[in-house]
Amino acid sequence: MKSLLASSALLMAFAAPAFAQGTDTYTPDPNAKPGGSITITYKDDVATLDPAIGYDWQNWSMIKSLFDGLMDYVPGTTDLRPGLAESYEISEDGVTYTFHLRPGVTFHNGREMTADDVVYSLSRVTNPETQSPGAGFFGMIEGYDAMLDGSATTLSGVTAVDPQTVQIKLSRPDATFLHVMALNFASVVPKETVEEFGPDFGRNPVGTGAYKLADWTLGQQVVFEKNADYWREGIPYLDQITFEIGQEPVVALLRLQNGEVDLPGDGIPPAKFQEVMGDPAQAERVIQGGQLQTGYITMNVTQPPFDNVQVRQAVNMAINKDRIVQIINGRAVPANQPLPPTMPGYTEGYEGYAFDPEGAKALLAEAGFADGFETELFVMNTDPNPRIAQAIQQDLAAIGITASIQALAQANVIEAGGAGTAPMIWSGGMAWIADFPDPANFYYPILGCAGAVEGGWNWSKYCNEDLDAQATQADSISDPARSDERLQMWSDIYTRVMEDAVWAPVFNEERYTMRSARMGGADNLYVDPVSIPVNYDYVYVTE
Amino acid sequence: MAGYLLRRLIQAVLILLGVTFVTFFLLYVLPADPVRQIAGRSATPETVESIRKQLGLDQPFWIQYGRYLWGLLHLDLGRSYLQRSEVAELIWARLPPSLLLMAGAIVCELVLGLTMGIVAALRPGTATDNGLMIASFVGVSAPQFVVGLLLLYLFGVKLHWLPISGYGTFSHLILPSLTLGILGAGWYSRMMRSSMVEVLRQDFIRTARAKGLTRRRVILRHALPNAILPVVAMIGIDIGIFMGGIVVVESVFGWPGIGQLAWQAIQRVDIPIIMGVTLVSAVAIVLGNLLADLVAPFIDPRIRLR
Amino acid sequence: MADAALPEPRRRGALGRLARRPLALLGLLIIGLTVAAALAAPWIAPFGRDEQLFEGLTLEGAPMPPGGAFPLGTDLLGRDLLTRILYGARTSLVIGVVANGIALFIGTLVGVTAGYFRGWIGSILMRFTDLMMAFPALLLAIALAAIFSPSLWIVAMVIALVNWVQVARVLYTETTSLAERDFVQAERAIGAGTGRILGLHILPHLLPTIIVYGTLGISTTVLLEATLSFLGIGVQPPQPSWGNIIFENQTYFQAAPWLVFFPGMANLLLALAFNLVGDALRDVLDPTQRGRG
Repeated sequence: MKSLLASSALLMAFAAPAFAQGTDTYTPDPNAKPGGSITITYKDDVATLDPAIGYDWQNWSMIKSLFDGLMDYVPGTTDLRPGLAESYEISEDGVTYTFHLRPGVTFHNGREMTADDVVYSLSRVTNPETQSPGAGFFGMIEGYDAMLDGSATTLSGVTAVDPQTVQIKLSRPDATFLHVMALNFASVVPKETVEEFGPDFGRNPVGTGAYKLADWTLGQQVVFEKNADYWREGIPYLDQITFEIGQEPVVALLRLQNGEVDLPGDGIPPAKFQEVMGDPAQAERVIQGGQLQTGYITMNVTQPPFDNVQVRQAVNMAINKDRIVQIINGRAVPANQPLPPTMPGYTEGYEGYAFDPEGAKALLAEAGFADGFETELFVMNTDPNPRIAQAIQQDLAAIGITASIQALAQANVIEAGGAGTAPMIWSGGMAWIADFPDPANFYYPILGCAGAVEGGWNWSKYCNEDLDAQATQADSISDPARSDERLQMWSDIYTRVMEDAVWAPVFNEERYTMRSARMGGADNLYVDPVSIPVNYDYVYVTE
Repeated sequence: MAGYLLRRLIQAVLILLGVTFVTFFLLYVLPADPVRQIAGRSATPETVESIRKQLGLDQPFWIQYGRYLWGLLHLDLGRSYLQRSEVAELIWARLPPSLLLMAGAIVCELVLGLTMGIVAALRPGTATDNGLMIASFVGVSAPQFVVGLLLLYLFGVKLHWLPISGYGTFSHLILPSLTLGILGAGWYSRMMRSSMVEVLRQDFIRTARAKGLTRRRVILRHALPNAILPVVAMIGIDIGIFMGGIVVVESVFGWPGIGQLAWQAIQRVDIPIIMGVTLVSAVAIVLGNLLADLVAPFIDPRIRLR
Repeated sequence: MADAALPEPRRRGALGRLARRPLALLGLLIIGLTVAAALAAPWIAPFGRDEQLFEGLTLEGAPMPPGGAFPLGTDLLGRDLLTRILYGARTSLVIGVVANGIALFIGTLVGVTAGYFRGWIGSILMRFTDLMMAFPALLLAIALAAIFSPSLWIVAMVIALVNWVQVARVLYTETTSLAERDFVQAERAIGAGTGRILGLHILPHLLPTIIVYGTLGISTTVLLEATLSFLGIGVQPPQPSWGNIIFENQTYFQAAPWLVFFPGMANLLLALAFNLVGDALRDVLDPTQRGRG
């Protein structure tokens, strides 16, 4: 079993500014051979392959393989590199970006891509009629507000200077802009196909990506085939990928062990984990990697007694994180801050709140709750989250807090969190996974004032105007040369959040992928932090 | 007969109307907001409101319900909130495999259940009888997920006789039908035995034997037709019972049916799919009951349709 | 098809005859033990109901198999399985006996009434039964979960409301057949009271079906409760029930089979016990067993 979580190695990559002119540092794998096909299993139906709409972890990398955007990431890493734009310039004031498109890029339908397509695609995703969940990411582009209220149908900040050049004007400098251009939502789509299929474009996707859709049998399988005219030389390696749907994870693993399947898309189910890791032959084909994810307990700071910071700090000190990690068979590392270790802006060496039940009880007494109190802990009902919640419950009981568990379907927990009726929520199963590898992504929706509204994802309802101002200030530093300064500001912001003990971070989940013996490719492709779960463009078969 | 049929069909339509109403109402009062799910976690309040308006979810209950019924008349079941594709298309694609699975399960249930029940009834009180009845109870108590995995492991992984999962050929149908059917077989066998023992004790059976008829003839011509009536009634109910088991069995065997669709939709509160699947299963249940009522007089001519 | 003369059942000395059947006594014993375990759990259980023990898990977090301090093994949180099953008996008895019993009662009432009287009463009752059958039970469960605080009694109520329809349907069909028998017609003709006909001639012959639903129904309702609790409407963790122990640990049955086997056995044995008693009861009440047993 190879561990990829030498966090020091990845952090080295971030010692350098995160987007130093987005140079492509990728070196091709000398062992890679073209050809072959693989089978991947998933339990859930593929929702949609429309890049403006698809937003679940399952279709995220599938869409990435069918479409491209102006920016891209070096495979297996969180480093930006040029995508459809082979180079770009940023103006002095940081609000005008000029992208030079690669010549000769064609859509799957044969037509050549031009700057007009970029304008069309970005206008489409910000158009309220498309109902895109990612529209909000483009708020920094000029003309966004006009799109939102319906007074415009084209995003005025995006213009096609000539067929090979796109200019984008922002309404304010924003350090996350290039990351946003690498999101699936910013993928380039052909206008004629979108208009032909209308809302069914998600079933008939046409893009510029490494693969094209060959077949979709509803409820059974989705088949990708290689795009022979792909603009990146030499990839993809595979001729065909078959995604089989509706496979229970335990059965999928049985089939992998039987040699019928190459990759169980939902990972190794907890029930089989020990068996697999206990067998050296199988453990060898398991790849472990970190994720840009944190599991945390939210406490509603507007509901007493959680409006008292000492109570929240006591909760932080009461949780036995090592034991919880043991309960999930060691598939995580204990966390002491909101950001995961592989995220730029992570505060190395931060101590946080150590496990100290006696100290927690003392703190509670100081806060006026020497006899404890009663509360509720909401949790999603799928394994292993109820178990984790019960472990948390026992830890809280040890310091006098009686938390009754409300294990509900995901939608109901999200509703309770948004409405502010849940005093404590264990985020497992709904925990925040980064949309892009930048510390800002962890703040605004789940810790900022904008997310603290009714229905928002800031389940703690925490609104610290000071921190919001600091966040905006940090994000206005878009000059890559000053990115260290910016990351330091973010680090300070999250340290402040921990001082306020808004959350009790518990662990950062590790991702485990198991592949069949015939699959090849660097390990980091199988636990790609951006192309979740696997980077389909760069893996190959060795037979 | 024609009058009866007509009356029942009209009643069926009324029932289905009632089901759509209750279902729509329940989904309407559910606090989970579908618009937030569609809008995603990074949406601004303005985006959420805009989507709500576009989907017509800001309208009062009666208008929304009315629009849904209007769509039904055009066989339009709406579009899934999360998948954005047409519900009718999704259900249409997944219905045939589920129907096939149910048919296979009914065959297994009848073959296994009736055989066990009759054999047990003919040897009451013996070890065979007790053994078969315990087997029936085990069949009913065993969780279907576990049964499915066990069968799959034994016949798929260890013996390699049958495919591990999937859909397409007859051999793919065997294990899922068996898993789904074992539960029903337990019920049928128990019911059949009970009913049969009851019938065999009656005077007219002794009369028939006394008249010199062979044991076989007595059983087949006199006992069985009387005993099978409750079983026939149960077949009509089967579809309702299946709805629960089908979710589990389809997921274990990777069977592309509507069970998986329904379960996913319920967990995510994807209202159009939930409405569509509920409606389809309601139609199946109502028709199933109607069929059972129509068949009953053929089994027992004393019963008259009224 | 020959018609049968349906003789009167014998009730005198029935209980006495019941007591002489060893299998019936065995059944009663098992039921008694289950009830006793449920009531006495706090005193006889070796550990705390929700106590997650350090020794209950291996270093890698795996549960302990049966043996040593844990006679039935431990679960995924290191809790003693025997303790959990003892406490779980409470929940499962309420579900399997009370909820199922109520379902049986309502179903019998509706099915027999509809089948005997027919006409428009019968029609309305049966169409109402159709409606309830087509009704999306899972949906009702989720809706209730969102409105009320989940509890054992709510889920028991939902199960009762959902399960009576099958009983009603089958008993309806059987009653329509029984009601058409010649001598029942004869009794009506001579003006015998409805109560007498139902009580003496119809119900006793429905007893076998009722017993089947009363016994097999225990197993199915115990498992059904687990699904409903999963959706949020029934018991919440850490409260145990045989059904939810099985449900939560289904995927682990290869790695830790005891977690499914033991609660499953408990469920099976309880249903079998009721079956033994029920069968014996049916035998002693059987009108055709004149002079026998």
